[in-house]
Amino acid sequence: MTMQPDALGARIGMWLFLFSELLLFGGLFLLYAVYLARYPADFAAGGQQLDALLGTGNTLLLITSSLTVALALSALQQGRRQLCQILLCATIFASLLFLTIKGVEWQAKFAHGIFPGGTELESLPVGQQIFFGLYFVTTGLHGLHVLVGAALLLWTLGLTHRGQVTAENSVMLENGALYWHLVDLIWIFIFPLYYLLL
Amino acid sequence: MAKQNDRGFLQASNRQPLLFDWIFSVDHKRIGLLYLYSVGAFFLSGVLLGLLIRLELIAPGPTIATAQTYNALFTLHGVVMIFLFIIPGIPGAFGNIMLPLQIGAQDVAFPRLNLLSWWLYILGAFMALTSLFSGGGPPDTGWTFYVPFSSETPTNVSLALLAVFIIGFSSILTGVNFVTTIHRLRSPGMHWGRLPLFIWSLYATAWVQILATPVLGITVVLVMVERIIGFGLFDPARGGDPILYQHLFWIYSHPAVYIMVLPAMGVISEIIPVFSRKPTFGYKAIAASSVAIAAAGSLVWGHHMFVSGMSDTAILIFSLLTFLVAIPSAVKVFNWVATLYRGSISLEPPMLFALAFVFLFSIGGLTGLILGSASTDMHVHDTHFVVGHFHYVMFGGTGFAFFAALHYWLPKIFGRLYNMKIATVAWAIIFVGFNLLYFPMMLVGLRGMPRRYYDYLPHFQGLNMVSTIGSWVLAIGLLLMFINLYRGMRRGAFAGNNPWQAATLEWVPTSPPPEENFSHPPQVTHGPYDLEQAGKP
Ligand code: HEM
Ligand SMILES: [Cu+2]
Repeated sequence: MTMQPDALGARIGMWLFLFSELLLFGGLFLLYAVYLARYPADFAAGGQQLDALLGTGNTLLLITSSLTVALALSALQQGRRQLCQILLCATIFASLLFLTIKGVEWQAKFAHGIFPGGTELESLPVGQQIFFGLYFVTTGLHGLHVLVGAALLLWTLGLTHRGQVTAENSVMLENGALYWHLVDLIWIFIFPLYYLLL
Repeated sequence: MAKQNDRGFLQASNRQPLLFDWIFSVDHKRIGLLYLYSVGAFFLSGVLLGLLIRLELIAPGPTIATAQTYNALFTLHGVVMIFLFIIPGIPGAFGNIMLPLQIGAQDVAFPRLNLLSWWLYILGAFMALTSLFSGGGPPDTGWTFYVPFSSETPTNVSLALLAVFIIGFSSILTGVNFVTTIHRLRSPGMHWGRLPLFIWSLYATAWVQILATPVLGITVVLVMVERIIGFGLFDPARGGDPILYQHLFWIYSHPAVYIMVLPAMGVISEIIPVFSRKPTFGYKAIAASSVAIAAAGSLVWGHHMFVSGMSDTAILIFSLLTFLVAIPSAVKVFNWVATLYRGSISLEPPMLFALAFVFLFSIGGLTGLILGSASTDMHVHDTHFVVGHFHYVMFGGTGFAFFAALHYWLPKIFGRLYNMKIATVAWAIIFVGFNLLYFPMMLVGLRGMPRRYYDYLPHFQGLNMVSTIGSWVLAIGLLLMFINLYRGMRRGAFAGNNPWQAATLEWVPTSPPPEENFSHPPQVTHGPYDLEQAGKP
């Protein structure tokens, strides 16, 4: 008796893992909710200092990359390997662009003295300090997930190239794409909460 | 029955060095044994620390340790026992070995992920131990890492937190693996109504692992960020709220109590019917109560915070919910007792440990109700009453179930039996020592002796002395038990495939089981406790 590769099992496993990722961020959203209720005005003031334009740009980037990864999957399943690889490259490129923009955004804040331990940040009202603390932790953790997702897709790209991920055996790419959609989904929560609503 | 000297999966399978054959093996049975050995080693080191704590408390005034050393001692004792022994213990060791065997599968769904879990667990354990000897010295916060102290103390808390994070990750991966395995790899005929109760308990546990552990993950990350970068997210001076830390911490850690105790209840549910020669009374109720405990247990974290400053409404709600969890737990106890009723009971070592479990866990559960009702909790909060209570639950409960599992399944795993007489004597010594150790703690706590202090008022001396003596009695019993098991493993009489005449699937293959478990997926035709069918798939 040898083990058959079990595609459905692999998908179930991935979904379960994604649940736990969602709950990891859930803790941060919980803190956000409590502190927003406590410091509504400070949160509004903090939110206005974030660059909605860059945020919107990043949102568009992630949504597009979710599309390209989905297209890459269906290309693979139709046996169009080359197209699949191009689309995967596009997705990875988008993720790097996302991180660059995020870096520019952080840099701009740092330049204004808004960074951990910065004098400017310490002089703000406590509610705003909390706001920026949460902002840095949440977007930082999300950025880390973007990086992990990109690495996962890069690896899958290599496997496609070597013919180990194919139309018949696509579950690795499916799971990579699922992970990427999760990263996207979490950003879809972060974006309005930090950039738009306040 | 196969040849008696067949060493099954224990046999070296290829030409790699023997050590590599084990630490890179993806066979669930080998990984389970790796867990068993590591968990056992941490348990023994934890016991040693416990003995030192007790020695310090034998008399008022400084005895063997300074206040700072004492803080490090109980922190380490707590971290080792909770994160390295009791949480991974039963699922990691016996879950890994028995889950595929009991459902008639060849392995878990993701064997390599399984190996990764063990490696992460070892990495985390290694980091936790390193934190003792590096940085600013051993952490002194207690295993709960409460802020603001944990974000300020100069001791090596960050590394310990990273260790906890990594061990948590390992726990999540095990959970993912188990849920998928139970859904996908059951043998033909093994429908949900024929799932052994141990598997049901692992299933409920795995869900708690998946859903609660990430909250702990983010909590320890936040404390680490706090220490390294410092945003003041929990610092009242900078607008943060330390109570929020406590909420996040207990949102994980109360459910974690069920990660500890549910698999233990599963073990007991396996043993009691076999040694009363009667099918379990209320199979469905026991299975459902596992799931109910997992669900309801996720809503009661606030009972750890009655004195931390919560609204009266919140206290009332958390108190009520806490009482509700007692119901499914009591359902299990009543079902076990009903199974025993008019059974033909044989008091062999696994059964003795199982009965001790029911007794001690009931004491732990009932004293838990005293802590669950806010008014009485105000009096005993953070006293030695609490320490007594949770040792009855965790040690008297899960610890004893772990010992029961050792006595029940080691003959399967190694194909050899231990000495029954010595096992019974060891059991008796452990049982007496245990009660001598922890019952006085509850009494002295009721009289007001606080916990986590290295010193106390002279009029608490008598009970503390009894307790310390109890700790030595217990330690002697444990030593005897482990030596006996070890000798049995090595040189005991051959056990045969099914020494207890049990009806679950793991007893069908030879002992020790062959590497591939079953040569083809067995067709399951009867329930796990149809004992007349023992030995048939
Ligand atoms: C020979 C065995 C043991 C002895 C003598 C012992 C003794 C003690 C004592 C005296 C304390 C109280 C420290 C204080 O509050 O000042 C303590 C705390 C604790 N014990 Fe044990 N214990 C033993 C086994 C266990 C086991 C098996 C577990 C887990 C299942 C465990 C888990 C804990 C935990 C979590 C704490 C709390 C640590 C803290 O307050 O941070 N112990 N133990
Ligand atoms: Cu609790």
